Amino acid sequence: MKRLFYILGVLLCSTTAAQAGIDEAINSATAPIATLIGQIVFFKIPVFGAQLPVVVLWLVAGAVFFTFYMGFINLRGFKHAIELVRGDYADPNSHGEVSHFQALATAVSGTVGIGNIGGVAVAVTVGGAGATFWLIVAGFLGMSTKFVECTLGVKYRNEFEDGHVSGGPMYYLRQGFSDRGMEGFGKFMGTFYAIGIFIGALGIGNMFQSNQAYVQLNNVSGGALDGLGWLIGLILAGVVFSVIIGGIKSIARVTEKIVPFMAIFYCVFAIIVILMNANTIPTAIGNIFDGAFTGEGVAGGALGAMIIGFQRAVFSNEAGIGSASIAHSAVRTDEPITEGVVSLLEPFIDTIVICTITALVIGTAQVAAPDFAGEAQGVAMTSAAFEREFSWFPIPLAFAALMFAFSTMISWSYYGLKGWTYLFGESERGQTIYKLIFCAFVALGCVVQLGPILDISDALVFLICVPNILGLYFLAPIVKREMNSYFDRIKSGEIKKFK
Amino acid sequence: MSNKILVALDGSDGSKRALGAAVTHAKLTSSDLVLAYVIDWSPYSFHTPEELEERHQRRESEIQRANDSVLTPEIAALEAQGLKVETVVHHGKIAETLLDLADQHGVTQIYIGRRGESRMHTLIFGSVSAALVQTSPVPVTVVP
Repeated sequence: MKRLFYILGVLLCSTTAAQAGIDEAINSATAPIATLIGQIVFFKIPVFGAQLPVVVLWLVAGAVFFTFYMGFINLRGFKHAIELVRGDYADPNSHGEVSHFQALATAVSGTVGIGNIGGVAVAVTVGGAGATFWLIVAGFLGMSTKFVECTLGVKYRNEFEDGHVSGGPMYYLRQGFSDRGMEGFGKFMGTFYAIGIFIGALGIGNMFQSNQAYVQLNNVSGGALDGLGWLIGLILAGVVFSVIIGGIKSIARVTEKIVPFMAIFYCVFAIIVILMNANTIPTAIGNIFDGAFTGEGVAGGALGAMIIGFQRAVFSNEAGIGSASIAHSAVRTDEPITEGVVSLLEPFIDTIVICTITALVIGTAQVAAPDFAGEAQGVAMTSAAFEREFSWFPIPLAFAALMFAFSTMISWSYYGLKGWTYLFGESERGQTIYKLIFCAFVALGCVVQLGPILDISDALVFLICVPNILGLYFLAPIVKREMNSYFDRIKSGEIKKFK
Repeated sequence: MSNKILVALDGSDGSKRALGAAVTHAKLTSSDLVLAYVIDWSPYSFHTPEELEERHQRRESEIQRANDSVLTPEIAALEAQGLKVETVVHHGKIAETLLDLADQHGVTQIYIGRRGESRMHTLIFGSVSAALVQTSPVPVTVVP
């Protein structure tokens, strides 16, 4: 901690010119690396004139498969998910354990991040209004993927002797394959995933978040923070440091309690803004449907819009990445299916509700004033759309963005750490090394431009979802069997409501 | 079947006085005692992933602590006075859980200590004894 302040002090002493130079220097050094990683991982196949990244195909194919294979569990299980979260099936004797609601809330605050505010703006800028349609479709399909991975997360979690639990894809990959007589392959997959999540945590759950939080802060301060990305980065890194290494858990606890209210606050105001532009709603919705199938004015046409929509949806709700199953696996239940059913709500809240609302705020603003955002992109664009109605809104939005970014970073530092401890054991020293690396990337995220950040983050997501989805295909029959048995017992009345 | 009296204990002085009053009552009516410790807990709260991971462990230790420091020490003295005693530790909303326990154990009377919270505190968080008095199907004695 001291050392961090020392570095901060030294950096503060340098001149303003040099300050601007730091941002640029780091930026120009990392951009080519990002582009290279992006090119390798984001191998694209040309399809009818559009560039289809393999990763998107991989995730969407998985989501479509699980939706059909599980017989549209995303629709069928929805009502039951709400009953479970409400506690209708909660045994009073297990009170005091992690409830379905708590696991869902924690997982949601990990996924509701900058992607819901800034990522949607990116989608609309690059993929046109039609991207919104595909974003919603992807959210809907993603519910099935989530269902499979969260069920497996609980089923194969690891309970340590002292009673604490650790679960997630690395455990279900290892154990699941081993149960099917492929022990060696299971070990390989578990390790592959653990490496993926601990490196991947540095992108989606780290650099992208801190980058966009900085952009919005700079935005509301009228550009006063231009070139000071490194400073904001260090401050953010300092706060993250104090929580994950300094053990100041109260900060994380407070954030965890503020985030749900910020999300509600954000949605309420977004709906007000949309309603204030009520006359443009039909055109905005019309544009979404038109764009989805004609892809007017978008590179790659309708397919281009589709790809962008899917890509941003996955980035936001994390279905197929397996991260949420780490958070969900803490629930104590005899029926892993229940947690899978509850997790259906996650892409629903994150993508179908929050992302759609953001898209409509931007969409209605675009109809009223096509050039409302000027050069602004990402979170700044969303902010501009709100600003048209409420001039003061960018300030609470900046605060909300900061909170979302922060809670997502804290959650992801935990996910990454689980990957790390899976690989290197629970040694304190090793964990501290990982946490230090994590903090360094928080700072770096504020300095690098959005483009390269997205490239790296997307690329790393790919790295995580390859082993995960591959494993899900193999283990899906187990989930299906449990699912059928569970719903049969609900129907026969063997599993009863307590309320 | 003898009558049962439920006493809410939380280690506070008020709850000890409630136990005192309940013991007198139990002797006069030759009733059995149920000592209940309710740990305030809501299934609808927000936690970090780390807190979730440790939740099961924490729950066990909370129960252990309630038993060791509050309930168990009372048992010997009460049994020496010839009373039959049961103990129970439960997580949940305090008033609601006490009523559930009263129902489960078929008690005929509830004793609870008055916490004497400030007016502001009561205004915001409500009062356990007031909630109990309002909703209980059996008589409730609030001991000051």
